Amino acid sequence: MIRDPSLQELKRYNWRRFTPAQRIGRYVAYLVTVIALVWTIRGLDIYWPWVWDSPAQMADLFGRMYPPDFTNMREILRVLMETINIATLATLMSLFFAIPTAYIAARNTSPHPALVWLGRFILVSSRSVNTIIWALLFVAIFGPGALAGVLAVAFRSVGFIGKLMAEAVEEIDPAQVEAMKATGAGPGKVLMYGIVPQVMPAFFAVTILRWDINIRESTVLGLVGAGGIGLILQGSIDMFAWRQVAAILIAIMVVVVLAEIVSAWLRGKVLD
Amino acid sequence: MQAQAPGSAGTASGRPDYRWKRPQFFTNPFVRWGVPIAGLAYLVWATSTLSINWNRVAAGIPRAGRIFSNAWPPDFSRSNLIISGFTESIQIALLATALGLLISVPIALLAAKNIMPRGLHWFGRGIIIVARSFHPVIVAIIFVKAVGLGPFAGVLTLTVYSLGFVGKLLAEAIEEIDEGQVEAMRATGAGFIKVLAYAVFPQILPRQVGLSIYQLDSNLRASAVVGVVGAGGIGGTLMNSFRRFDYDFALAILLLIIAIILVSEAISGRLRSGLS
Repeated sequence: MIRDPSLQELKRYNWRRFTPAQRIGRYVAYLVTVIALVWTIRGLDIYWPWVWDSPAQMADLFGRMYPPDFTNMREILRVLMETINIATLATLMSLFFAIPTAYIAARNTSPHPALVWLGRFILVSSRSVNTIIWALLFVAIFGPGALAGVLAVAFRSVGFIGKLMAEAVEEIDPAQVEAMKATGAGPGKVLMYGIVPQVMPAFFAVTILRWDINIRESTVLGLVGAGGIGLILQGSIDMFAWRQVAAILIAIMVVVVLAEIVSAWLRGKVLD
Repeated sequence: MQAQAPGSAGTASGRPDYRWKRPQFFTNPFVRWGVPIAGLAYLVWATSTLSINWNRVAAGIPRAGRIFSNAWPPDFSRSNLIISGFTESIQIALLATALGLLISVPIALLAAKNIMPRGLHWFGRGIIIVARSFHPVIVAIIFVKAVGLGPFAGVLTLTVYSLGFVGKLLAEAIEEIDEGQVEAMRATGAGFIKVLAYAVFPQILPRQVGLSIYQLDSNLRASAVVGVVGAGGIGGTLMNSFRRFDYDFALAILLLIIAIILVSEAISGRLRSGLS
């Protein structure tokens, strides 16, 4: 039993939320943050009058956007469909590269340790280059158009799908693989009956999630000439057709939110 | 599993004719056959609508060879341009993360069902949905038009990007807190602010710290691309080098972006696993 504190002790005892060490730690963290922010604000090449003026500028811009102009709705819907097609085709295309790469990058299925590193290298390089930068490259190679967009989105997706699939493959239950081997099944049958059924739900969930992300990514491809709705968005901005810009932004938002709802619903169905 | 149908003939030994069938991922046969057929039809239709100029594509193969041979070896000689570009990107990412995190807290509180009166939380949620729907590059072109070219547009863009992501996850974290502590604070007669400070914030703080490290890493990645539309940082330098067919310089920048992202991802992963 702990002795009850006397009244004297209770008076001296003052509740504090943190111990002295915690307090010093917090002050150091605050100090580092403040120093980083001061360095940042002093270092950034910001023209302050523009900053103070910015609320007025934004109000002006959004004022010009109202009311949204939907007269070009047919054209907007057409490029919106193109955007969805780019995202979907790119997701499907990326599977052709992502599945074999995941297979060689997963330690338990890879035929050789060197291939694990090759697989990981492919996945990391795909993931580290942003879709827009992939698009710059493919526009330079294949010229402007939707094909460059499909390739850009697909190349970025390989890393995402491949990484998550490789992790799913590494987490499978080895007992089922062993059971298949014990029946004398060859590597193809082990793969089809021991591994594939275990990663199927993860495969669909990851692919659907990436499709949802790709819809969002495909909306900006047009800004570098790689097809989709970004092209007419850039065009309307360049012509200062702000009311049409508002209509395009609303269209993008509706599609992105719908894609997210569909993707969440499908993933829920696949995962249970 | 195949149940033994009453009419099906048993074997001579009297055992039912039981044959194992592989369990299917899609149990409904209509779905199982419908998905691939619809997928194939879609594939043909979607490819036909993209209007691809195959001659131009064929010309792309030798062109790719030329681009890659021009890009090698990467040219790191203009290091002052590279360093100032990266410094600006890092500064944009830092400032935007700080601002985004600061704004995300009130927005997340607004969007949390257990803090806000019912119905009112849709206001906070609406802000988060709008912020999350638009790719940072779209937000960036709007801000570039509104506040001019330069890093300030980049900071605003990534602030919106951060508050969308952090706001959403933080609102979810707030909705999952232990209500007991909130009730205990209320029982002592604490007002709204004190309840927040002593019952809500301590519970979401670990989550917020983890999210902020993650968001700093994401903002660093995104800061490399908002420059493509003129919002400052290394993306602008990269875009210019592409426009001038300066592929060896572009490759140097690209390799450095990859290196910095890998380092930042490793640090962020280590810090976050240390937290949990």
